[in-house]
Amino acid sequence: MNNDIKNLQKEVILTSGVNPKKCMKCGKCSATCPSYDEMEYHPHQFVYMVENGDLEPLLNSKSIYQCLSCFACIERCPRGVEPAKLIEAVKLQVIRKQGQNHLKADDIPNLLDEDLPQQAIVSAFRKYTK
Amino acid sequence: MQINNENEYKPLIVAFCCNWCSYAGADLAGNNRLAYPENVKIIKVPCSCRVNPMFILRAFQRGADGVILCGCHPGDCHYTSGNYFTRRRMTLLFSMLNFLGIEKERTRVEWVSAAEGAKFAATMNEFTEAVAKLGPNKRLEDLRCKK
Amino acid sequence: MQRIGVFVCWCGSNIAGTVDVEAVSNALKNEPGVVFSTNYQYMCSQAGQDLIINAVKEHNLTGIVVCSCSPRMHEATFRKTAQAAGLNPYMVEIANIREQCSWIHKDMALGTEKAIILGKAAVAKVNLNAPLTPGESPVTKRALVIGGGIAGIQTALDIADAGYEVDIVETKPTIGGKMAQLDKTFPTLDCAACILTPKMVDVAQNDKIRIFSYSEVCDIKGFVGNFDVEIKKKARYVKEDICTGCGLCTEKCPQKNVPNEFNLGMDNRRAIYIPFAQAVPKVATIDPNTCNMLKNGKCGVCAKVCTANAIDYTQKDEIIHEKYGAIVAATGFNPISMDKFDEYAYSQSKDVITSLEFERLTNAAGPSQGHLVRPSDGEHPHTIVFVQCVGSRCASCSEKGKEYCSKICCMYTAKHAMLTRDKYPDTEVYVFYIDVRTPGKSFDEFYRRAVEEYGVHYIKGMVGKVSPEGKKLIVQGSDLIADKQLKIEADLVVLAAAIEPDKSARPLATMLTASMDTNDFFTEAHPKLRPVESPTAGVFLSGTCQGPKDIPETVSQASAAAAKVIGLLSKDKLKGNPCIANANELMCNGCSSCEKVCPYGAITYVEKEFRMPDRTTMIRRVASVNEAVCQGCGACTVACPSGAMDLKGFTSEQIIAEVDAICK
Repeated sequence: MNNDIKNLQKEVILTSGVNPKKCMKCGKCSATCPSYDEMEYHPHQFVYMVENGDLEPLLNSKSIYQCLSCFACIERCPRGVEPAKLIEAVKLQVIRKQGQNHLKADDIPNLLDEDLPQQAIVSAFRKYTK
Repeated sequence: MQINNENEYKPLIVAFCCNWCSYAGADLAGNNRLAYPENVKIIKVPCSCRVNPMFILRAFQRGADGVILCGCHPGDCHYTSGNYFTRRRMTLLFSMLNFLGIEKERTRVEWVSAAEGAKFAATMNEFTEAVAKLGPNKRLEDLRCKK
Repeated sequence: MQRIGVFVCWCGSNIAGTVDVEAVSNALKNEPGVVFSTNYQYMCSQAGQDLIINAVKEHNLTGIVVCSCSPRMHEATFRKTAQAAGLNPYMVEIANIREQCSWIHKDMALGTEKAIILGKAAVAKVNLNAPLTPGESPVTKRALVIGGGIAGIQTALDIADAGYEVDIVETKPTIGGKMAQLDKTFPTLDCAACILTPKMVDVAQNDKIRIFSYSEVCDIKGFVGNFDVEIKKKARYVKEDICTGCGLCTEKCPQKNVPNEFNLGMDNRRAIYIPFAQAVPKVATIDPNTCNMLKNGKCGVCAKVCTANAIDYTQKDEIIHEKYGAIVAATGFNPISMDKFDEYAYSQSKDVITSLEFERLTNAAGPSQGHLVRPSDGEHPHTIVFVQCVGSRCASCSEKGKEYCSKICCMYTAKHAMLTRDKYPDTEVYVFYIDVRTPGKSFDEFYRRAVEEYGVHYIKGMVGKVSPEGKKLIVQGSDLIADKQLKIEADLVVLAAAIEPDKSARPLATMLTASMDTNDFFTEAHPKLRPVESPTAGVFLSGTCQGPKDIPETVSQASAAAAKVIGLLSKDKLKGNPCIANANELMCNGCSSCEKVCPYGAITYVEKEFRMPDRTTMIRRVASVNEAVCQGCGACTVACPSGAMDLKGFTSEQIIAEVDAICK
């Protein structure tokens, strides 16, 4: 593992606050994931790949945007690993590298829809801002 | 405090060891010939919770430079909960001693199991060194106790 | 004033090599109380011991200091020597100048100096030693077994076999426990009832064993060898000695809709019931919560049909007081509640069941007479999904599941899968697993047979969601090896629920002053070397109350506990440790500080009459230490604010004398 990747791994773990070593590889996160079929890398693979510093493929994969942030994996994980937070941390790395906010706080009132769940707004905010 | 022939300062350490874990750990250090300073003197007690704060004060009064308490690891106490009492009592006592001017480096509680001979020796070496850095303890020393 | 003899051992060259033994014995000669001091090559040898004995007689010694190896090595030897010389064995102190001096210090001068100081400390201590005699207490030669499952049954049978009386207390109306509910047992597939019920009959017929069924322990006092136990025999409203167990009442009772606990609520029983056909004692019990006669005085059918006149609606709870020498906890386990596992739809669908319910469904005496059917519509299921580790190995969700591995689920799930495929080859069986753990004799072979010979589909992964859709259950799970998310249309889902200690264990532990871990399993005195004893003397552990176990392991532990009990009961008197706490009643102010810190409950308070200087009397509350219970840790001595509490053999005076000797 070269130093860049090591730093990246450290940062992902730090920003997410997740300890991937707690994973016992049961796959319940992927079993419960509603966007499993859309994703190239699945929640349990995220955890495993972050643990092993195999981050390059994750950064270039669309899977990071396909996570719905529904947190079902966090809810069901028997070991408290919280894969969704890890996915989000990887996503944040990519967004930060690209720079630019794609969603401004001022735009939000116009975009609001009564049927839109609060969680979706928060999740979009997470997705499109750095 | 003891001064040897070369006038080199060697702190006097009193170590209270519980019978079941730490005393056996000290024996193991001996079995493995793991050296620690001669000025560490061990007193056997049934459990670390038998150590009355009075004993520690007495040791300082009589000229000890450091006092260390060794007991079983938390959860492993032969008497199920003795070392928990020790932990609480000594936290309180040591902070009070610190207030009185007995630096907190001079007092310590350490968990040493019967299998940790190496840990016992290493702890004693390290503790003695830490106390040696502080120099002789004069704060509580009672001159009337001097011969 | 003591007359002390000092004996410095060379231990060959082990001590003499780095410590000047001659100098040590000479230096100690001048210590207060020392009248004789010598050194010898091997003090522990016969010649060395003779030397001590002769010196005691010649110089009228009252105390002995041996400067030698660790007391852990030869303290017992020298105490025996002292006894042989006519001294109290506790008048001996050892100065450890081998392990803690000669072996670690290479400088002769410094080593000798330290040896002298250690010797002085020992002399200072012996000066204050007092003869100690271990307390003796008689042993009540009877044992109490709490819990009548296979663990309790085996323990009771083994103890009774050695000729001692045993009582079993069981909360349910019958003994048998969880094993009575099982169908077949892995890995040999014997039928559980066929191997258990003969043992239950043995218990019933053994004249050394009494069964208190439908009873509970409500108070325990006393200590090893002398426990006073209060047992509450709950009213079953049927005279136990008269009822023949014919079962006529259980057929005629009009109250038909009581969920049957024995079948886990999958069918109904009457208000008067016998849990199962082979129950021991085979006596009917009236459930006071559902019986019309007991609730509103209208009915009385059972009394009318009973030919033996065994029904007694006026029966009251009965309190029994008994004395025991030893107590065995065998309180067993329960599967955890599935209420908090919404993802498996346990509360939404009747066709999602636990493994214990599956046992009852496949049991010939169960609610479906052994036909494997869906509980919802009674149809034969064609696709069955087993989910392992439901609630086990659950670190994040302590309020939901358990952090430990329940140990038995891998094997019983393999058994269920195998038996299903054997009996119904048209059924597809899937097992979702995280790891398959099969350490045990013939266990892995058994699991492999399920896969290789019976074609059970084992899928590495977990189930994330079960959703009922029409008559089907859609099981969504991951297959980690194929890297796929599966959706299986199942007819029946079986959850391998984690097991937890029975709820009665915690209050029992409090009564016994036995310790428990955070999961409410009883802690053993030593995890490796004393696995069937509790740290509390006289209390032993049998079966799953100590940790998850399968039947063979439970039975071996049960027999081991019995062996320990027999060892205890075979003694006429118990000799205690004489180094115990001792309260000075004149100084005690009755504050209860010591009582609170005692881990054994050895301290009680008594009202005592004291004579005052003006010849009046005064009643004061003072601490009293039970010699048989106190283990001598000394926690109370420090807690005591008035300095009344002291520890024999390690008195404050003695330890301070040692401190002084060292710091001089």
